Amino acid sequence: MTHTKFRLTLVLLIAILVIITYVSLHIGTIKIPMAAVISGFDAQTLGISHESALTFKTVISEIRLPRVLTALLCGAALAVSGAAYQSMFMNPLVSPALLGVLSGSAFGAALGMLLSKSMFVAQLSAFVFGIIAVGAAVFLARFFPGNRLIMLIMGGVISSSLFTSLLSAITFAADAKNELPAIVYWLMGGFSAVSSSAAYVVLPFMMVGIIIIITMSGYLNVLSMGDEEAASLGINVKNSRAALIVVTTLICSLTVALGGMIGWVGLMIPHIARMICGPDNRQLVPLSALIGAIYLLFVDNICRTAFAGEIPIGIMTSLMGVPFFILVLSRTESRWN
Amino acid sequence: MYPISVENLSFAWGKHKVLDSVSFNIETGTVTSILGPNGSGKTTLLKLLMGFYTPLSGHILLGNDDLKSLDLSLRAKKMAYVPQRHSAVFSYRVLDVVALGRIPYSNVFCKITNHDYSLAGNCLNQLGIEHLAERPYTEISGGEQQLALIARALVQQAEILIMDEPVSGLDYGNQLLLLKQLRRLARSGITCIKTTHYPEHALWTSDRAIFLREGKIIAAGNSVDIINSEMLKKLYNADIKILESEAGSHKMRTCVPIFDDI
Repeated sequence: MTHTKFRLTLVLLIAILVIITYVSLHIGTIKIPMAAVISGFDAQTLGISHESALTFKTVISEIRLPRVLTALLCGAALAVSGAAYQSMFMNPLVSPALLGVLSGSAFGAALGMLLSKSMFVAQLSAFVFGIIAVGAAVFLARFFPGNRLIMLIMGGVISSSLFTSLLSAITFAADAKNELPAIVYWLMGGFSAVSSSAAYVVLPFMMVGIIIIITMSGYLNVLSMGDEEAASLGINVKNSRAALIVVTTLICSLTVALGGMIGWVGLMIPHIARMICGPDNRQLVPLSALIGAIYLLFVDNICRTAFAGEIPIGIMTSLMGVPFFILVLSRTESRWN
Repeated sequence: MYPISVENLSFAWGKHKVLDSVSFNIETGTVTSILGPNGSGKTTLLKLLMGFYTPLSGHILLGNDDLKSLDLSLRAKKMAYVPQRHSAVFSYRVLDVVALGRIPYSNVFCKITNHDYSLAGNCLNQLGIEHLAERPYTEISGGEQQLALIARALVQQAEILIMDEPVSGLDYGNQLLLLKQLRRLARSGITCIKTTHYPEHALWTSDRAIFLREGKIIAAGNSVDIINSEMLKKLYNADIKILESEAGSHKMRTCVPIFDDI
């Protein structure tokens, strides 16, 4: 994609993101007139009572804004990590879910929740087990000879099922009255329980992680050429890949700690972005971030407004992801050979 | 001072010794072919030269510096690598693949500038493949991929070019095209080292040859001097006759196998 076309696409996507963010703030169980934010919650312009204007302001700033920002950044984080994992492991079939990062982090977070009430401990433990999970997947792929593409997927499957079973063990051990429902609901994925204080502590880290990966996207191009070639081009493969794994796994584990296991975004969005701009990571990563943000925000809006009760977002992304990914697969087979 | 000299280099996988006290010097602007049967340690030797493996013992000198003491980007500025088969997964544009040769010169963000892209375009021109610039790398032929990788090595502006079986998998026309390019590069002062399975190719393009058998050098020197029936029998355990014939303005030598025992 040429520079001009890429810039135009960026501007277009940012415009879509701004619009959908604005709309998202106003829709929900409490219906708020679309002009509310623009008018600065002015009761006269909106033609509503002073009290309703105040209520609207509180609903938007205390409840919807943190939620919208969380959905948006989690979408961007998952999509960016998916794109980064695919390039650094030279494998278009991997994603945070397939490498076991999501189940590893989920296990870590659940363990953290069980052992301590602190959000920080849960997040730290989510990150540590996320790293262990991706490390196990990569180690298994290296340990057994064979097709590189397939062995890494197998490593991911093994690592992911290991941590899924450990997670089941934890849920089994959890107290059925309080802890169990909390863990189960959180696992299905969703932003309804995210408190604004937790969101505002975690989101800056996620934002910084995404920016770091975007600035390192040149390294992803080199790493996707293979270890020996990258080394022959003067790149320290071990260090740069390790740094990238730490940052990608960190932002993935933060999405798990906030919103549970949200599958498919990290696999699907990079493929969509690649269809638009090609495989160059300097364009692919920022585009994935924007498309991921738009997509997850859109899905979260459906989750909280389409039905009487809220649907967990993890269920929704899988339901929407499956048909969409089949469509993507049917259009990209030539790009994978 | 030689661009590359190797002193008593040994390497082993576990207990299996792959290279045993290998020593040689490479002169500037020469093409050196490393010949040997399968499993003789050719590729291992190249990967040691590139610094991908750590030697068991011995030294590799690049000019006056020990390879170990040079940092990666400095190495990359002196030495470029053309791998055997490129297993590309993502369909980058050929121009983008070639421009990656500027990575050793780029800043900490791996920024590739417009100047780098124009250099990459020049190198594609130089090899006569400028029409491939916008094509996806995964959709061009094996020969074109090999040429694109050579273009990337040229963009790297390294004085040494290390190639692992550059003609493997190419059709006859592309093989000759590549060999001609190698000759031209050597004439412009670039030192080339390649592994090959074809003693003929060593006769056609290279000044020097190194015969490697079971991890040991059994002969090294000018190609025309050491590539003869006797040495080829030792190296490959096959009966081969060398013929000389006129081809254009050159005298070319060819290898003819003797099939008497059938």
